[in-house]
Amino acid sequence: MSTAMRRKWLAAAGTAAALALVVGCTSNTPEAEDTGEAQAPAAAATGNDEPGDKVVIGFSAPAADHGWMGSITKSAVAEAGKYEDVELVQAEATNDVNLQISQIEQFINDGVDAIVLLPFDGAALTEVAIKAMQAGIVVINVDREFEDPDAARTTVLGDNYGMGVSAGAYICGELGGKADAKVAEIAGIDSLPLTQDRSQGFEDALAACGLEVSNRVAADFTVQGGESAAANLLQAAPQLDAIWNHDDDQGVGVMAAIENAGRDEFIMVGGAGSKNVMEAIKADDSVLKATVIYPSTQAADGIKLARLLVQGKSMSDLVEVEVPRTVQLYAPVVTKENVDQYLPTAFES
Amino acid sequence: MSEQDVTVPAADESARVEQVAKPADKKRGGLLKGATGRNLGLVIALLALCIFGVITAGERFASIDNLLTILRLASIFGVVSIGMTFVITGGGIDLSVGSVIGLSSVWASTLATQSMAEDFHWIIMVLCALGVGLGAGLINGVLIAYGKVVAFIATLAMLVAARGLAEIIANRQTQVVKVDGFLDFFRSSPIGVPMLVWIFAVVSVAGWVLLNRTTFGRRTIAVGGNPEAARLAGIKVKRHTMYLYALAGLTAGIGGVMMLGRTTAGSSTNGQLYELDAIAAVVVGGTLLIGGRGTIVGTVLGVLIFATLRNVFTQNNLSISAQAIAMGVIIVVAVLLQQRIAERSRAGT
Repeated sequence: MSTAMRRKWLAAAGTAAALALVVGCTSNTPEAEDTGEAQAPAAAATGNDEPGDKVVIGFSAPAADHGWMGSITKSAVAEAGKYEDVELVQAEATNDVNLQISQIEQFINDGVDAIVLLPFDGAALTEVAIKAMQAGIVVINVDREFEDPDAARTTVLGDNYGMGVSAGAYICGELGGKADAKVAEIAGIDSLPLTQDRSQGFEDALAACGLEVSNRVAADFTVQGGESAAANLLQAAPQLDAIWNHDDDQGVGVMAAIENAGRDEFIMVGGAGSKNVMEAIKADDSVLKATVIYPSTQAADGIKLARLLVQGKSMSDLVEVEVPRTVQLYAPVVTKENVDQYLPTAFES
Repeated sequence: MSEQDVTVPAADESARVEQVAKPADKKRGGLLKGATGRNLGLVIALLALCIFGVITAGERFASIDNLLTILRLASIFGVVSIGMTFVITGGGIDLSVGSVIGLSSVWASTLATQSMAEDFHWIIMVLCALGVGLGAGLINGVLIAYGKVVAFIATLAMLVAARGLAEIIANRQTQVVKVDGFLDFFRSSPIGVPMLVWIFAVVSVAGWVLLNRTTFGRRTIAVGGNPEAARLAGIKVKRHTMYLYALAGLTAGIGGVMMLGRTTAGSSTNGQLYELDAIAAVVVGGTLLIGGRGTIVGTVLGVLIFATLRNVFTQNNLSISAQAIAMGVIIVVAVLLQQRIAERSRAGT
């Protein structure tokens, strides 16, 4: 074997070994605990779960650029997988409305039975959704609302204003009658209407007990954004009594900043309800005392409703024969006392 | 050598431009087979994709409706890619086109613009968007040509600033278009072909003529191939460079109008990452990233390949993350394949 040949072999072997190492290191699945989570919310089986006519559901959602959005798609796919009569057609996750519109057009061409759509921008997807409805396809709108009520048969929504109210009411209860208490708020992306709704609810609930937001900063739902926003906030406010952080994904960064600053004189309330935040609440060894849920299972509910609608079934716990027009989900406060109830549906961030 | 030396009579100038463009042309002359070979490679890739689509999705893929869905998706970033082809052929790069799409779509859909459009004619919205695009492009061009700012940095600055300005104008909200004339125009499809696709076709043909059949095109190739030689030949390199960025800005403005027509809503998030799509399509199409060689036909084929890819992926219900990996692999394979074919045909002569 010539030197050149040997060198080639060595290089090849080296590459293969490196590849094997890299591939071996990519797994993120915790060894044991993952099994319980997949079928965790074991809803009581009803007659509705009996296999019926085959339903083809098209699903489209924005890019999974943070944990909550990732969980939206993951839980929708998992839910569809539970039914042998559901075939889920997934479109590429995208933040480009142009591409998302063409995905819906493709679903219309393909003649799917139903479309579950979390639009990147509700207004931009309205027209194509109307087209789908006119083509006789059941459209389920998730989380971000269309401009026109005719664009969807049923809408599944979280409660952003309610989230703010829940967080504010909890902080009111914890701080008691402390008149000059300092309350800070770390918002998500300020441009989104949902952020404005959350802040409004928070402000209104605090006002009810005579408190107000003394410091407010905005991050961007990312870990690094949360870190820098919180670091600035802590610098600006030497003494705090409570913080509400809108989003548990950015909360990872917020907690890092709090630890770096060595601060623990306040209580912190999270938002959205990620698994690691709930575990921190359960362990009760940090400033995190509570979080407010914004369900990441909305699209999974959308899948279930789409199946019912196409198969002509009704929601078995309601007297009403038809599936409701709007389903708005509740934003409960999770504390150490009730955390076990919510942990199974928490999302990994 | 001073500028004066180069001031030559107009008739003489075009002859010199020919001379400067010649070296590149000569190379291309030898490569004539190579150029067609490159395009042939792209056509083969596109055909292979279509065959794959037909095999895996059958009539769902081969239908007219699906073809139009692909073309509608391709048209917006196709138009932007045509402008990008000129900038790259001229030895530059424009990272701001995506943001300029967002800015022009927002500016053209403000309440003020819309009420003016209601009073006079909807064409005002179009002119507004084109003006914004052209203006942004001119700023880029002046900074790069006369301010001697590196193209990468100048357009990066525009990317950030245009997005910020769009957010301020839109107050970070989605602006719904209510001007019926405008909407009707973009909803129409003369001879069964959607208006967006017509616009893409017209811009492509105009771009081809401009690059291949006019002095402007020859100057572009000369400036990109060897700016110093181009200057010595009497081309006003700075002014020409400015024109190239203005042209790219103008196509981004057209893209903004198309985005408005398609989504019926102006939003500061429109067009995110379109610069990368456009650059990828241009380079896969065979335009040299260092300038001096450009092909409109190649760019159009590149655009169609990307749009078809997305369509085929969704048709086959591939997992979202797998789609992204496949996309990356296919870009590399396409470029490698092109180089192979080009080399082979060069060896053949």
